[in-house]
Amino acid sequence: MSEFIIELKKVSRYFGSVIAIKDIDMKVKLGEVHCLLGDNGAGKSTLIKTLAGVHAPSDGEYLFEGKPVVFESPVEALDSGIATVYQDLALVPLMSVTRNFFMGREITKGRGIFKRFDIETANQIAQKGMAEMGINVRDPSQAIGTMSGGERQCLAIARAIHFGAKVLILDEPTAALGVKQSANVLKVVAKAKARGLAVILITHNVHHAYPIADRFTLLNRGQSLGSFMKSEVSREDVLEMMAGGQELDELTAELEEFSRLDATA
Amino acid sequence: MTDQTQSVDLSKMAEDNSTEEKSTGDERVRKVPAWKRLLHRPEFGAISGTVLVFVFFLITAGDSGMFASDGIMNWTTVSAQLGLIAISACLLMIAGEFDLSIGSMIGFAGMMMTIPAVYWGWPIWGAILFAFAGAMLIGFLNGYIVVKTGLPSFIVSLAFLFMLRGLTIALSILFTNRTIVGGIDKYADGDWLAAVFGGVIGKSLFVWFANIGLISSYDDGTPVVEGIPMVIVWCVFLAIAASWILLRTKYGNWIFATGGDDKAARNVGVPVDKVKISLFMFTAFTATVYAACQVFEFGSASADRGVLKEFEAIIAVVIGGALLTGGYGSVIGACFGALIFGVVQMGIFFTGIDSDWFRVFLGAMLLIAVLFNNYIRKKVTEARH
Repeated sequence: MSEFIIELKKVSRYFGSVIAIKDIDMKVKLGEVHCLLGDNGAGKSTLIKTLAGVHAPSDGEYLFEGKPVVFESPVEALDSGIATVYQDLALVPLMSVTRNFFMGREITKGRGIFKRFDIETANQIAQKGMAEMGINVRDPSQAIGTMSGGERQCLAIARAIHFGAKVLILDEPTAALGVKQSANVLKVVAKAKARGLAVILITHNVHHAYPIADRFTLLNRGQSLGSFMKSEVSREDVLEMMAGGQELDELTAELEEFSRLDATA
Repeated sequence: MTDQTQSVDLSKMAEDNSTEEKSTGDERVRKVPAWKRLLHRPEFGAISGTVLVFVFFLITAGDSGMFASDGIMNWTTVSAQLGLIAISACLLMIAGEFDLSIGSMIGFAGMMMTIPAVYWGWPIWGAILFAFAGAMLIGFLNGYIVVKTGLPSFIVSLAFLFMLRGLTIALSILFTNRTIVGGIDKYADGDWLAAVFGGVIGKSLFVWFANIGLISSYDDGTPVVEGIPMVIVWCVFLAIAASWILLRTKYGNWIFATGGDDKAARNVGVPVDKVKISLFMFTAFTATVYAACQVFEFGSASADRGVLKEFEAIIAVVIGGALLTGGYGSVIGACFGALIFGVVQMGIFFTGIDSDWFRVFLGAMLLIAVLFNNYIRKKVTEARH
C-alpha cells in the first residue's frame, strides 16, 4: 500500500469547452489535514466532486490506496470510505439528532414484520458519537432545527466518522459560522485527524486553515499552484498565493490613496 | 492490593465527576416541563380539539341520542371511513406529496369490484382482488409520473382526480348503462373476502350487551347495534400498523427524511423515489378498502362515491398536525382529525343545527389548525445560538 491514501496525477475535468480543473496533482495522507485553498471559481468544487465520485476525471489518474480507481457514483466512493460533508450537510432540520445520524443507514433489531429501527441503541450511539466530537447532546430526540450551525456541522462530521470514513472531505465547513462556532468545528477536525483519518478541508479562509492544516494545495483558475507542507510556507505566503492576495494589496493601496485624498481635501 | 482499591476508587470518582458534569450539562439548555413537551407533539392540537368537540356536543346534544349506542356507532363509522384514507394521506403528506385522486379512486375501485362480480360473473373474492390490483397499479402510475417528471403531485393527482372520475362514469355506462350498480349483496353472501369488508364483528358480544341492558334493543330482542363494522376494524388496524411503521421502522425514518428534505435524503442513500411511489400505492390501497367497505355495506357501487373525500382527508391530516410542506406529522393525529370530522358532522345533525354550518366549521377548523401547526414548526426548528 502506498504512503498516501489518495493520489491525483494530472487530473483534469472538462465540461464541454470549459476547463474546470487542469493537471491537478494532489496527495492525501492518513492522519493529515490537507487544506484546499482557492478563491471562488478556482475549481475547488469540481475538484472535491471529482474526489467524491460525483464527476469522473476527464484526464489523469485517481489512485485510492495506491490503486487506480474510477468511482461511478458518490455511493461507491462512500463505500470505499470517502465521505463528503457538503455545505447543505444532508441533514433534515425537522428530524431528531438520532434520526438524522442514522438516516439511510438505520440499525434494526427483530425479525420479519417485527424488524424495527433500534431507536434506544441508536440514541446511545448518536449521543456517544457527538460526545467524542465534544458536543454534549442532552436529548438525542430533539429536532436538529434547534441546534446551531456549528453543532449541525459537527453532527454531519460525527456521522461520517461513525460510518467508517477514512477520508473526510469537508466543503467550507466554517463558511457560515461565527468565530466561536468555527473554532468548535476546527476542534472536531483536529479530533478526526487524531483518530487517523485523512481530512480534506476546503476553505478560502486562510486563518481557519493555517492553524490546523499539515499540507496545503492552492488552486487558481483551475490549476494547482502546488502543494506545500506547512513547514515550507508561512501564513502570509499562502495568503499571497491565493488569488485574493494580490487584489488585497491593490485594495490596500487604493484605500491609502483615498485617505490621502481625504486628508488633502 | 491497597493500591488497586485506591486506583479503582479514583477511577470511580472520576466517573462520578464526569456524570455529574453531564447531568448539569450545558448551562444553555433549559429544562422543558413535561406538559410543554406534550404541547410540541404533532397530535396535540387534534387531541385537544377532539376533547373540545366532545364537551361541546355532550352539552348541546347529550340527550339527543348521539351518545346512545347506535349514535356512537354512527359517528364512529363515519370517522373510521375518513380515518382510513386520512392514514395514507398522512404518510404521503409527511413524505412531501399530495394525492388528490383518493376520492375519485374510491368511486373507481367500487366499480372495479362491482362490475366484474355482477355483470361478468366473477367470484366476489376475484373481483375484490382485481380492484385492489387495479387501484394500486394506478397508484403506482400516479407516483411514477410524480417522481420521474418532478412535477408537483398536486397537479399530477389533480389530473388523476378528473380522469378517474370521468372513467368511472364512462366505463360504468359503457358496461352497464347506469351509474349506480347494485345487486352485489346477493353474490357477496358467504364470500370469505367480502365478509372482511362488509361484515361486523362481535355480534354475540353485542347481544350480551343488550341482554344485560347495557345497550338498547329492538322489540324482538335484537340489539340496535349488531356489531362493530369492519370499516372500524380496518381503520384501527391500519392506524396502529401505519403509526408503528412511521415511528419505529427504517422505512418510517425514510418517510420523514423524504418529506423533510429529499435532496439530503438522497445524498445519504434513502431511496426517495421508491418511498414516494409506495405511498401513492398505499393511498390507492386505502381508497379501495374504503370502497369495498361501502360496496358491501350498501350492496351497490355508485359513480359519485367519494366525491370531495380527498379534501376531507387532507383536512383531517392537517388538523392532525402534519405540515403541508412535509417532514412532520402523526398518524394518530390524523385519526383524531378524522374523529373530529365525524363527530361534528353527526353532531350537527343530532343537535338540529342547519348542516350548512358544518362546512363553515370545517373551514374555520382547517385555518386554525394550519396556524397552530405553523407556530409549532417554528418552535421545533427555531435555532438556538
